[in-house]
Amino acid sequence: MEKVEDQNPQQEEDQVVNPWEVSAKDGGKIDYDKLIDKFGCQRLDQSFVDRVQRLTSRPPHVFLRRGVFFAHRDFNDILDAYERGQKFYLYTGRGPSSEALHLGHLIPFMFTKYLQDAFKVPLVIQLTDDEKCMWKNLSVEESQRLARENAKDIIACGFDISKTFIFSDFDYVGGAFYKNMVKVAKCVTYNKVVGIFGFTGEDHIGKVSFPPVQAVPSFPSSFPHLFSGKDDLRCLIPCAIDQDPYFRMTRDVAPRIGYHKPALIESLFFPALQGETGKMSASDPNSAIYVTDSAKDIKYKVNKHAFTGGQETIEKHRQYGANLEVDIPIKYLNFFLEDDAELEHIKKAYGAGRMLTGEVKKRLIEVLTEIVERHRRARAAVSDEMVDAFMAVRPLPNMFD
Amino acid sequence: MAFSKDQLLDRLKELQIEFSQYEHPVVLTVEAQAKYVGNLGGALSKNLFLKDKKHRYYVVSALADTKVDLKVLSQRLGLGKGGLRMAAEEALVEILKVPLGCVTPFAVVNESARHVSLLLDQGFKTQEYCFFHPLSNDMSISLNAHGLDKFLKSIGRDPSYVDLEANPPVGKDQPPDLAAFVPSDAPILSDLPVKAPTQDSTGKHVSAASNSAAVAAKAVKPSGNAQNVKEKPVNTVQPSIPAADAGNFVEELLDRASALLLSEISEDSIKQHSGQLGAEVANNIKKCLREDLKNLATIFKNTAYTEGFYAGTRYQPKRL
Repeated sequence: MEKVEDQNPQQEEDQVVNPWEVSAKDGGKIDYDKLIDKFGCQRLDQSFVDRVQRLTSRPPHVFLRRGVFFAHRDFNDILDAYERGQKFYLYTGRGPSSEALHLGHLIPFMFTKYLQDAFKVPLVIQLTDDEKCMWKNLSVEESQRLARENAKDIIACGFDISKTFIFSDFDYVGGAFYKNMVKVAKCVTYNKVVGIFGFTGEDHIGKVSFPPVQAVPSFPSSFPHLFSGKDDLRCLIPCAIDQDPYFRMTRDVAPRIGYHKPALIESLFFPALQGETGKMSASDPNSAIYVTDSAKDIKYKVNKHAFTGGQETIEKHRQYGANLEVDIPIKYLNFFLEDDAELEHIKKAYGAGRMLTGEVKKRLIEVLTEIVERHRRARAAVSDEMVDAFMAVRPLPNMFD
Repeated sequence: MAFSKDQLLDRLKELQIEFSQYEHPVVLTVEAQAKYVGNLGGALSKNLFLKDKKHRYYVVSALADTKVDLKVLSQRLGLGKGGLRMAAEEALVEILKVPLGCVTPFAVVNESARHVSLLLDQGFKTQEYCFFHPLSNDMSISLNAHGLDKFLKSIGRDPSYVDLEANPPVGKDQPPDLAAFVPSDAPILSDLPVKAPTQDSTGKHVSAASNSAAVAAKAVKPSGNAQNVKEKPVNTVQPSIPAADAGNFVEELLDRASALLLSEISEDSIKQHSGQLGAEVANNIKKCLREDLKNLATIFKNTAYTEGFYAGTRYQPKRL
């Protein structure tokens, strides 16, 4: 019997992690071990990474190798079924609250693209424009507009249009999707949802009734144009770990309405440039690298704003080496530098003081600039018509090819 | 074609806006102005001409006593900390068409100032009348905020007043409250319908630049009763339904492959691998380019699919 954690965010204890707030204890670092323990999910260890490599006949994604995606629920079931020839589909999403996307936002999408390519499975992407309309008090039109703008950046991550369906809640909720929403809603009491999400008597009813919207894309019958007749199809959800509460609720409900529990594969949080304790903020452009940043911007931001673990003077640095625990350039390289050997070398040299902060930053700037450049070019190739096509309710006959 | 002081005064009279005018020697500062019109009962204004890092301009017009903190304003506009600074004198002359020391809300009457955002101190509303320069430093006119509104409306501007001293928190959950004041810098092409500003009851300044042909239209609408709309203009110009061009695609692939090939073959690598150089380079090329080329191919595929999809939605079934 799996732990269905009812966490009340008002607890005086340490960190707060839920879909709307992430903060560490006393302005420190997030304790992921404690989080896994509290949420009741599993660590993703090396054996999984090896297994994925075997099953997909290709090198595992850098995020798997580096432990960026570090926790899961039932990923082994997905792999077992896959080995037996049973496919699955992917489900991920974005809350379009702003036009400005930064690299942290792209991480789940980069990983999902890899999963789509490696396992050759279809993908549904949910844009929760209704959620942002409610939580951020945006107008309906503005949240729909942001959803479409964000869709372009998502498409630029390289998803295959013949296997991907993107939808916005305002457009798609209804029909079979809504029927599943009601089925889910009937299984979750008001008290339960308050326990999971921390709603209060002051919160409006829109918020309280939102969770089923994010739950039901986990069920294939929500997409009759895609999965009709495939009620048995499993679902894998790559997401950041703060989304876990939605899916704990979903997994609790699923067997009661006759569906498979969705599996999850969860990532760490992407640190702000100013350090783990800093907050990445939409209003502080220097806290993150945006996909619209120029090479000059990236150079400036990394050089001037990245928090480093280097020592104050070169002499001290040569003697003591850098503090890799807090060094942001190293952390970012951990996410984005493909070459394992090169990363190891840099860590060793920097940690021993042989390499200086400036050199590490320089390498990071190269890596980030390449990523942002590639993204920008891909984004320029995304037209409004392409967005329409990705978002059209249409069959995907080759989705498992 | 700059608006002159006399043209402005005539226009005010035409619109039947009540005002009083006071001539005095040229003044460049509020203190100097105060010497001549400070004892007449009305409130003096201080006017700042500002610009942000993306070359968008703002006129901030406030009561002389109102504290205006540029750092706070910058954050409230969504420009981050330190996103605002005083505009250069050249910009003053070129855009507002007024001399140094003469920034005034009236300057937005000029065509060249179409894109300049205007922020007015809500303090003006509490005063019986306020003093502004009528496009020239040798005169001050006093009028009530209603009069100013009437004038602004007559030139298609939406007068909106802001609490300039407020310092609301700006963060992940509190979007910048003045974001709607940031001008949208979508390109305006001369032969296309230009700004049709709409007025709504909340007094938001909205500009809509519409364009039918190549550039994708970005119509910005006022958000209901909330001010939490951050308009971050996208700088790239979108191509019109890009066609999946096999020729271009192949050229791009070949360019990358040959660039990599050239970099792999050097004196050193020839010495190192001699006979095996071919195999070595071939392997490296595959390793380095695999993902890159797959991405290009996916873009090509998506584009071709989109063309087909678009055609399919306009397909006319065969007549039987």
